[in-house]
Amino acid sequence: MNTPSTSLSVKAFVLLFLVVLGLFLLNLGLGSVTIPVDEVAKILLGQDVENTAWQNIILKIRLPRTVTAVLVGAALSIGGLQMQTLFRNPLAGPSVLGITAGASLGVAAIMLAAGSATTAFAIRSLGIGGSWLIVLASSVGAFLVLLIILAISYRIRDNVVMLIVGIMVANITIAVVSIWQYFSDPEQIQEYILWTFGSLGGVTNHQLGVLGLIVGLGIVATFLLSKTLNALLLGEDYAQSMGLNIRRSRMLIILVTSILAGAITGFCGPIGFVGIAVPHLTRSFLNTSDHRLLIPSCVLVGAILMLFCDIISQVPGSTTVLPVNAITAMIGSPIVIWIIVKRRNLKSSF
Amino acid sequence: MSDKILHTANLSVGYKDRTVLSSLNLNLNKGQLTCLLGPNGSGKSTLIRTLAGIQKPLLGMVTLQGKSLREVSPKTLAKQLSLVLTDRVTPGNLTVYGLVSLGRFPYTTWMGSLTGEDKDVIQWALEITGTMQFANRHIGELSDGEKQKVMIARALAQQTDLIILDEPTAHLDSPNRIEIFHLLRELVSSGHRAILISTHDIDTAIANADKLWLVANQSISQGAPEDLVLDGRLEKAFTKEGLSFNYSLGRFEKAINNNGLKVLIKGSSLSAYWTESALRRAGFQPVEHLPQVTIEVFDDGSTRKWILNNQLEITTIEELLTKLNTYENEME
Repeated sequence: MNTPSTSLSVKAFVLLFLVVLGLFLLNLGLGSVTIPVDEVAKILLGQDVENTAWQNIILKIRLPRTVTAVLVGAALSIGGLQMQTLFRNPLAGPSVLGITAGASLGVAAIMLAAGSATTAFAIRSLGIGGSWLIVLASSVGAFLVLLIILAISYRIRDNVVMLIVGIMVANITIAVVSIWQYFSDPEQIQEYILWTFGSLGGVTNHQLGVLGLIVGLGIVATFLLSKTLNALLLGEDYAQSMGLNIRRSRMLIILVTSILAGAITGFCGPIGFVGIAVPHLTRSFLNTSDHRLLIPSCVLVGAILMLFCDIISQVPGSTTVLPVNAITAMIGSPIVIWIIVKRRNLKSSF
Repeated sequence: MSDKILHTANLSVGYKDRTVLSSLNLNLNKGQLTCLLGPNGSGKSTLIRTLAGIQKPLLGMVTLQGKSLREVSPKTLAKQLSLVLTDRVTPGNLTVYGLVSLGRFPYTTWMGSLTGEDKDVIQWALEITGTMQFANRHIGELSDGEKQKVMIARALAQQTDLIILDEPTAHLDSPNRIEIFHLLRELVSSGHRAILISTHDIDTAIANADKLWLVANQSISQGAPEDLVLDGRLEKAFTKEGLSFNYSLGRFEKAINNNGLKVLIKGSSLSAYWTESALRRAGFQPVEHLPQVTIEVFDDGSTRKWILNNQLEITTIEELLTKLNTYENEME
């Protein structure tokens, strides 16, 4: 919104993009087998390499997983950004307000109806039609939870109360899932728990197409909402006095967020922390509230954070793979605390 | 069309289960600063929200620029009416320039990019409100007074003939309050604008408003502040709070049923005015006849003195009050 900072923003974008690119290549190269970056580049560019095993590892395993990481980071970040602006609450985010829980319930319902456990394996075996079904179910679950929270937010205009309500709604959905678990076989429960750890590796190539399409459309839709989101920074009454159709805007934001968070949760499990942390990191980094800058930056910062977490979770040089959810929290939380302490502008974001 | 910008006909405002104000037939005119005056919780904000189209009226209608508010689209409304609300929370990462440029919302394209004309208007809004020098600062770094001026600049950037401000001076100290009112007076003086301010600050309202909207008995009477003072409506509106209006000092005071010393104050200077004010606060009764004590006030512009009962010379009001207290105790 401010002319003098435009050149600065361009520099920031270029920098962020280069970091994404670097981490993307690094993520492809690192893992149980380390592949040199120049070889990775050759494989990506379609040139022949001597080691066909490497080629298979990169193209069939690591590339889908890395692209998934980028999509997850981007989608959850701008989902969280929209939630924080809509509710004017710095602690809002898909995982906090029970939206991922709602999405999980949607997925669980589909799996229950199909008489099978909610596992990466089960989802994978559904095929392309099933992929859409999962996206639909998890998005509807997320959407319903958001609607409940929104309805309550009309009656109670208090941030802390809103968060408590969000956590309660999340608990209810989790309770429903646990009742279902209680009547399930131990193997199914184990698989479900594995799913809740979050996984970037469970997305197949054709599912990746579906996910990529949804996230891509979601990013575009969010960007189209940037003027709306900017107006909402001053609160709904001001936004309305400036000519914004509040009801429609609110619905659009919730719809876009539900689809983004729902699709990601459906395919990768409930991944926490990214949605709440990245918008703060980005605002702090760019020192702006303008969504026309924040949205693309959040996409890049979200991708960087997820790529970084994925590299760590692979434990380079070993065959161990840690749950990505644990890594996002373990790496991200200290970063956020550090920023709160270092940059005191975090608390005054709303 | 006359000078009338806004008009309400038999308007009732409130909520589903509770009517807050009813039978409102009010006008806002061009070139006038109107103060909506009433105690806290009397429905000022509800009325403002209804006039601004945020809330629906229970009965009657609001006419803006000759058209019913119901028929005006949100976008058109945003070009005719702008708001400054009581919400103090503002995003800390937004610059002053960024916030003021949000006022261009109804004029910009879907991306919100600013044209040369938009930038000119923002520039003008920043200059007239005196906020130009901190255009690049962040909102979070500003004082309450500066913040309020920026919010007014944002409303001005919306280029509307009507600006409604809800309690714009509520959190401000005296100098800032005066500055804000001065700015608003300057803005109406251009002639094409009408400004409505809600406030519970009686003194400032009487001193600055061209017209008062006075909340009383769940309705509103309107008129020039002086008329409302003289015909006793102003006093009546605030009697609930145990206040009485001091007609000579032009302000409300807590009604004190005292039987304090009856004091005659001689002199008509500024010092006499402040002496009376001090005596009333301390519980003495300024009277015209049959005084128990007489005070002569001398004020030649540079030095002041008070003569108590033609004998004792005193140089400060503080000392005068002490002497009067001793005097009162001796009499008992």
